[in-house]
Amino acid sequence: MDCLKVKRIRNCDEGNPTKTTTEQDKVEDVVDRLFNMFIKKSKIDPDAPLLLRKEHILYLKQSLTYLPAAYACLDSSRPWMCYWICHSLALLDYQLDSGMKSHIAKFLDKCQSSQGGFGGGPGQAPHLASTYAAVQALCCLGTEEAFEVINREKLKSFLMSTKCSTGAFSLEVDGEVDIRGAYCAAAVATITNLNTDVLFEKTAAWILSCQTYEGGFAGYPGLEAHGGYTFCGVAALTLLNSVYLCDTKALLRWCTNRQMRFEGGFQGRTNKLVDGCYSFWQGGVFPIIYEMLNGEVGESVVLDEHLFSNKALQEYILICCQAPFGGLIDKPEKARDIYHTCYTLSGLSVAQHLPNGKADIVGDETNLLMPTHPLYNIEKNCLKKAVAYFSSKTKL
Amino acid sequence: MSSSSDEECSDYPRYRDRPEWKDVQPITQDDGEYPVVAIDYSDQYRDVYDYFRGIVARQEKSERALQLCTDALTLNPANYTVWHYRRQILKHLNSDLAKEIEYISDVIGEHPKNYQVWHHRRVIVDWHGDGSLECPFTEEMLRADAKNYHVWQHRQWALSKFKMFDGELEFTERLLEDDVRNNSVWNHRFFVLSSTKEQFSNVLADREIDFVITKLQIALYNESVWNYARGILLYCDSDGPKAKLLKFCNDIYGKGDHGEHSIYLFMFLADNSVEDIENGSGDTNTKLTLATKLYSELALKYDIIRTSYWNFVTQDLRRRFPSSMVE
Ligand SMILES: [Zn+2]
Repeated sequence: MDCLKVKRIRNCDEGNPTKTTTEQDKVEDVVDRLFNMFIKKSKIDPDAPLLLRKEHILYLKQSLTYLPAAYACLDSSRPWMCYWICHSLALLDYQLDSGMKSHIAKFLDKCQSSQGGFGGGPGQAPHLASTYAAVQALCCLGTEEAFEVINREKLKSFLMSTKCSTGAFSLEVDGEVDIRGAYCAAAVATITNLNTDVLFEKTAAWILSCQTYEGGFAGYPGLEAHGGYTFCGVAALTLLNSVYLCDTKALLRWCTNRQMRFEGGFQGRTNKLVDGCYSFWQGGVFPIIYEMLNGEVGESVVLDEHLFSNKALQEYILICCQAPFGGLIDKPEKARDIYHTCYTLSGLSVAQHLPNGKADIVGDETNLLMPTHPLYNIEKNCLKKAVAYFSSKTKL
Repeated sequence: MSSSSDEECSDYPRYRDRPEWKDVQPITQDDGEYPVVAIDYSDQYRDVYDYFRGIVARQEKSERALQLCTDALTLNPANYTVWHYRRQILKHLNSDLAKEIEYISDVIGEHPKNYQVWHHRRVIVDWHGDGSLECPFTEEMLRADAKNYHVWQHRQWALSKFKMFDGELEFTERLLEDDVRNNSVWNHRFFVLSSTKEQFSNVLADREIDFVITKLQIALYNESVWNYARGILLYCDSDGPKAKLLKFCNDIYGKGDHGEHSIYLFMFLADNSVEDIENGSGDTNTKLTLATKLYSELALKYDIIRTSYWNFVTQDLRRRFPSSMVE
């Protein structure tokens, strides 16, 4: 058992506690308790820490068919729920049967708007985030029926309708403008083979203006560097072949420093608390950075280890972020939900797969998840299939 | 939605039972033959949304339609389609926007982390052309959660839109008195400076580094301040402010009282040495020795969660400056 061997360093308030340090202390106390319990348990349980694969699959499959009334707040995010579930199941190497795949594809078609793009539910206006989620979900399904749901011609005109003169994208017509829009548009357009220079004119420059003095990216120029937005910015720039323009060193420094010294998971912003979902939003940026570093050195350097502690991240996820009856969570004492299940699992997958392609698994070998593609966060085989399918389609 | 709010709504008359709504044909949601991720909506939710679809189908833009939107948004404030339609009604009825701002203030109070509610406020304030409530409102919201990203985003928009930067630096100082580790405030201070100055003057940088030092004296282990200082120095072309901060750092470093709390100081000193090497200032070997020593202390002792990163940085340094490398 070589878990929790690396010494964990507690936060220190230097005799001047503020809200930031008192909240941080509380989280560290709970995590500390869980770590200690784990150490005792691991002495009698050689498999620990174990990924609760069966429980997670069951929770995801249940959510696919039935969601309690409390999910009404996600009534405008139903394509997201399809994506979170389908992608999580793909990472867990669970194959949905063809009937269910067909039902999901048909439901997503119901969310497709006559103006192109997808809405948050049947009859809702098209939205760029819902569109991204729907396209991602359809790619996870990987059937011809699923791919054929997407009306590419109309999708293209919807994408054009959300483009701003600044190069940015709004999430819906007359909706809010932020870096998520640019990423969603770039991901959807590149995967479905709809990307053109006109569609993304000035977009890379706009995204670059979101990189802050800290090194991470903000949702909008002037705002604070943030994990989710940093992923969007870096992935979008890469998809638009412009990532070499950003400050890689500052980005790497910022991302690395988001890993918590004690908990091992990632925080979303400087001096904020750990959260399981940032395992992907921050962790997922690293594989993209490795490619950037290669580009800068001008030779192919394959790293043999991650530039963050992939062991500590796996330990945080496996010991602190699994709900006993399936599903993953933000941090101990929080309730499970599908969003955190998806992104915490995605982060676990990133942590398990080294830059050189080898696996580095904490706990039992059965914990290994399928690898995810860092730019789209789609399981790699699913993505390959989707890209091959759409590249045979004509550019519009 | 909690079960208690379900109960609260249970005796609320359904639209389908209201005589004054008899003229509207409710439209049920078309989930298709095989619904997935199907939400077990409450009876009220179904009722309200069936009628919402009904008024959209006939493009009714009336006071009662506005009220229906309010009900729909109470049940789900994230439904952007309803917000969008609500704005069309407000425009059509030429509604009192001050009243709408009051309404959205309440909704935001209940759902402070929702994208749609903040977007709605922004559009309405924009239409209204009066930003005078935005600073007091966001200040109040920050009292509940001083790191809420949406609040800062809205405040930055309002400041820029209505050119209200007066007193904003003092505002960040007040918030830093409460919590010197609140990174959102540091970021905001940076935003205020870059929005109000054509460029960072050296006088300004000097003043900000003084400010940084007073805050470092409260807490050295506070990444926010170090990042801020780095940002300020990045936009400053005089050596003075940097020299001042370096002197502060070297004095502490020289005392030898090192521990986990010194890691950002170590990082700053190390990165600074590397910059000097890159710029060819100072004795390269001395600088390299210092940088590698600091990196290795971070890697092996004070910041071991990032060992692989510190090793990588060290190797990168070796690769770039091989000849002068001192082991
Ligand atoms: Zn989260």
